[in-house]
Amino acid sequence: MKLCITSEGTTPDAAVDPRFGRCRYFMIHDTDTGAYEAVENGQAGFSGGAGIQSAQAVAGKGVSAVLTGNVGPNAFQALNAAGIRIYTGVAGTVAEAVRAYAEGKLAATAGPTAGPKSGTR
Amino acid sequence: MIITVASGKGGTGKTTVAVALAMSLENVQLLDCDVEEPNAHLFLKPSLTEQHDACMPVPAVDLSKCTYCGLCAKFCAYHAIAVIPPSSSDKPGTVLVFDHLCHGCGACVTLCSAGAITERNKAIGTVASGSAGHVRFGNGTLKIGEIMSPALIRKVKAMVEAGRTVIIDAPPGTSCPVIAALRGSDACILVTEPTPFGLNDLVLAVETARELRIPFGVVINRSDIGDGAVKEYCEREAIPVLMEIPFSREIAASASAGVPLVNAFPHYRDEFRYLYGKIQKL
Repeated sequence: MKLCITSEGTTPDAAVDPRFGRCRYFMIHDTDTGAYEAVENGQAGFSGGAGIQSAQAVAGKGVSAVLTGNVGPNAFQALNAAGIRIYTGVAGTVAEAVRAYAEGKLAATAGPTAGPKSGTR
Repeated sequence: MIITVASGKGGTGKTTVAVALAMSLENVQLLDCDVEEPNAHLFLKPSLTEQHDACMPVPAVDLSKCTYCGLCAKFCAYHAIAVIPPSSSDKPGTVLVFDHLCHGCGACVTLCSAGAITERNKAIGTVASGSAGHVRFGNGTLKIGEIMSPALIRKVKAMVEAGRTVIIDAPPGTSCPVIAALRGSDACILVTEPTPFGLNDLVLAVETARELRIPFGVVINRSDIGDGAVKEYCEREAIPVLMEIPFSREIAASASAGVPLVNAFPHYRDEFRYLYGKIQKL
């Protein structure tokens, strides 16, 4: 399966970006092969709809779960519609987040954890 | 002639000026386009004879026709649509429309070659019209939670009655709602106050009026307090100062009681007629 970890950089030792819709990179991690792919977030600078379009982009990558700091209401709704599980409150490096996920230390969120446009602040 | 009363800064006296000007003229209509918090009716106390919902079009998607090509989402300038294609046979695709981001441009409807998108009307507020004495009146009230005030402002402006002098009370600021109110006006009054805040926002409003190529002049409210920077700016930029209203506790008290300026101080009627004469020559 594939995970998406929001990241401030392009390597597994980069810090997790606390924002979903406006994160700098999406790190796509294949848990079967251990491979990482860094995808620049083209939506980060949108004046509106960044979370929605990020969710659509992530869904297009075929990921099953998103690991991030916070998720806004629109992104939550779109990710939910795509059947993608969302894990919030994730911090540290990308690799640490993946390990925490593998060890079952993360809990899926039941609702948005940030208000609209909170990633712009 | 359509005259819009605007200001960069809020609370400078737009409604005071708009109501006073309307009440001083004959064959006149006042349209309150500050749809996020309309207040001209508090002074005019019109009897509203007509009221109806104002709607804007938003897309409705028929998933049985959708091919999940994603063109609508890709083209939407406001990122209001998410297309989630089916991932496998057991998980159907879906299309999410975020109404509150939609500007009702209709591009998605036009682009969808599968004919899966139609428009439905969404109520965003109400428009009302009536009269207060000889003043024809109209306003719009945005529903709480809605943000597309320009669409509602255009509905209020659709009530313009040809052959009358029309005074438009604009929202404050210089963003989209103000542009929606200003567009198509023959002249603009920028109300300001002689403070650093007043000047800062006046400069922005001046740039807006110039960009829209609408002739404008300035009314300085509470003109005898604050500093001289607004007047110096107007002089430097060759902007006509059409009128000055001095600070007065009595004016403030009458405004707080909902009494129009020209009722509390009838001599202002002549001053506002004189102001109208100046506006016609801008």
